[in-house]
Amino acid sequence: MRHLLSSADLDRDDVEALLDLTDSFVEVSNRAIPKVPALRGRTVATMFFEDSTRTRLSFETAAKRLSADTMSFSASSSSVNKGESLRDTALTLEAMGVDAVVVRHRSSGAPHRVASWVDVRVVNGGDGWHDHPTQGLLDAYTLRGRLGPLDGRRVAIVGDVKHSRVARADVAILTTLGAEVTLVAPPTLLPPSIEGWPATAVHDLDAVLPEVDAVVLLRMQRERMTEALVPSLREYTARWGLTVDRARRLRDDVVFMHPGPMNRGVEIAPEVADDPRAVIVDQVRNGVAVRMAVLFRLLAGEGPEPVADVVSDGADDRSVAADLSEQPVGAGDGGAT
Amino acid sequence: MSQASRGSGPSIVIRGGRVVDASGERRADVAVVEGRVAAVEADLDVPSGARVLDAGGCVVAPGFVDLHAHLRQPGREEAETVESGSRCAALGGFTAVVAMPNTTPAIDSASVVREVIELGRTALCEVHPSGAITVDRAGERLAPMGEMADLGVRIFTDDGTGVQDDGLMRRAMEYAVGLPYDVVLAQHCENDRLCAGGHMHEGEWSSRLGIAGQPAEAEEAMVARDIALARLTGARIHMQHMSTAGSVALIAAARAEGLAISAEATPHHLLLTHAECASFDPTFKVNPPLRTDADVEAVRRGVLDGTLDVIATDHAPHPPEAKDEPFDLAPPGMLGLEFALGVALSVLDLPLPELVRRLSTRPAEIAGLTDSQGGPVEPGRPANLCVFDPTATWTVEPGMTASRSRNIPYVGRTLSGRVRHTLRAGEPVVLDGTPQR
Repeated sequence: MRHLLSSADLDRDDVEALLDLTDSFVEVSNRAIPKVPALRGRTVATMFFEDSTRTRLSFETAAKRLSADTMSFSASSSSVNKGESLRDTALTLEAMGVDAVVVRHRSSGAPHRVASWVDVRVVNGGDGWHDHPTQGLLDAYTLRGRLGPLDGRRVAIVGDVKHSRVARADVAILTTLGAEVTLVAPPTLLPPSIEGWPATAVHDLDAVLPEVDAVVLLRMQRERMTEALVPSLREYTARWGLTVDRARRLRDDVVFMHPGPMNRGVEIAPEVADDPRAVIVDQVRNGVAVRMAVLFRLLAGEGPEPVADVVSDGADDRSVAADLSEQPVGAGDGGAT
Repeated sequence: MSQASRGSGPSIVIRGGRVVDASGERRADVAVVEGRVAAVEADLDVPSGARVLDAGGCVVAPGFVDLHAHLRQPGREEAETVESGSRCAALGGFTAVVAMPNTTPAIDSASVVREVIELGRTALCEVHPSGAITVDRAGERLAPMGEMADLGVRIFTDDGTGVQDDGLMRRAMEYAVGLPYDVVLAQHCENDRLCAGGHMHEGEWSSRLGIAGQPAEAEEAMVARDIALARLTGARIHMQHMSTAGSVALIAAARAEGLAISAEATPHHLLLTHAECASFDPTFKVNPPLRTDADVEAVRRGVLDGTLDVIATDHAPHPPEAKDEPFDLAPPGMLGLEFALGVALSVLDLPLPELVRRLSTRPAEIAGLTDSQGGPVEPGRPANLCVFDPTATWTVEPGMTASRSRNIPYVGRTLSGRVRHTLRAGEPVVLDGTPQR
């Protein structure tokens, strides 16, 4: 795996290997000192052209727990304001010796463009409406943790699918793992065509809910109202929101997910967001481990053998990490947290 | 046998080719003297001092006429100039181009028309400015079409955008009908409200890639509107870069009804589909956008049956830094002048006289250039000629263009049909595929 650009680039083996690897990094994250030296000496830069504190922090935390050095580039405080192009920004980071960049951009395909310009590993940290592979992976991981294998499991993705990179990532990755995905939204919030998508689309949430094992709620953005895509938030919530009433009718083992940030009271009722069936906090927690798995896979080689070694606790173990450096864990520049 | 040279001065004999014009084809040599065709006969004698251009295996045709080229001057000289664009034209076999008005400033007044005409005097092909329909192409007030027409402008368009206001477009058509010249209103057919925010064809690929789409209906709605307004006003209209099956059907119906309507297809809409955008490479971003296989098929059929009576390039240079951006941030447009013939011959099974009609004769009629362009190839006519090998195959490589820009959408493709020589008023501006200045 050279880059992680599109969720659809991952086949079932790729996804399962990454999720299994994530198990190891969840274990690392639960340690007293949640850090391994796997990527010591490597540098991971986050290149965020769009505000996203949670995703950036998640990637940076993941990199630091792997002992990589991190650099943070954000559009609001950078040369982008001076007119620098994406390409020049990417070339600048490459020249600084960065090993991987995590690209977040409001333009679909921006990470693909970056990958075509520089000889650096590129991770898609969310591009426009197109994709958000690590979100898809962490959703799959979280869901697998609750439901077990996803084969034949029914997942409804509800809301603004049209403008949602999370929906596209989830469709690709959850169906790759065998889940059956139904998109639920008014026609104005569905993509113009889902030809070729491994999913079906319906408009009536209440018709779908009795069948589902999990519900993914998408963030409803207020500007969709001005675009005449729905008449009002009130009408949206009444028809497509996970209200207390709807949640009450669902089984105890149905899983509620939300990629955040939530609009409590719009796509999800405040009480439902705090329901034991909601795994929204787990999603965030698992996000760090999933991103550790992705960075590890991209920067530390692909074989299963070093994985087992690198996450093992024993300082005496013969491991790839030990090969990389004789220094104690946490001594690198990235060690300061 | 007859003498090639009837007048004085240096002469050229184009030897060994097949002469093809709209009327048909015959094996003949072509003698050129003092900028005009002097003889078209088999096995012409070569007078002493005459230059012989080898046309073995080649077609000798009237030079092509492009109704749709963006030469970017004045104002965007980093992308193209009249000179560099005319060099692309000559390499593509074009001896005349109509320059689109979306320059800076726009060609919307006599003074800018004069400037472009002046720049064209030393170009490698005839350069005829089009004029904007509205002031600054802003779609709000009529541009002074009369003063531009006085200087020779015959095609008016806001190309780059369509005239959105229905009432204003009606007035433009009515006003044009009253001008003392035979002018044409050409439309870039896209309803901006239906396309709002779009960067590629709305459909399977835009949905998958998460890029806002431009529906086919945005084009068709304006085609239908302009047909209705042409019926109302009696204006001559020309539909630019038709890209959808629905547009082709609308034009066929309007033509059957007897309306004075012409329409063009571009090389890229004859070959490429929206699937090209999967790489997110903005080289494939263009307005109207690359569409579906079915649309490409319909556009091809439209050219074959004459519904689309013109092939025009929509040559739209953008410098590398403009295309080195994410898809949605890059400007639309792709190069075309040097590739139009190769694409047309590669994808269309069209008799050569018909091909010449689409690329030369018909556009020359629409642009009012029949005195010098479009054929026939016969004695006395200005020697605006191109000589091409219809079977020569070549693979397009990056940077294979005389443009100042590099946005070639055909890189890696093998095309059949290539220009060997181009003569502008008797001057060999391209010889053996090489520009002479």
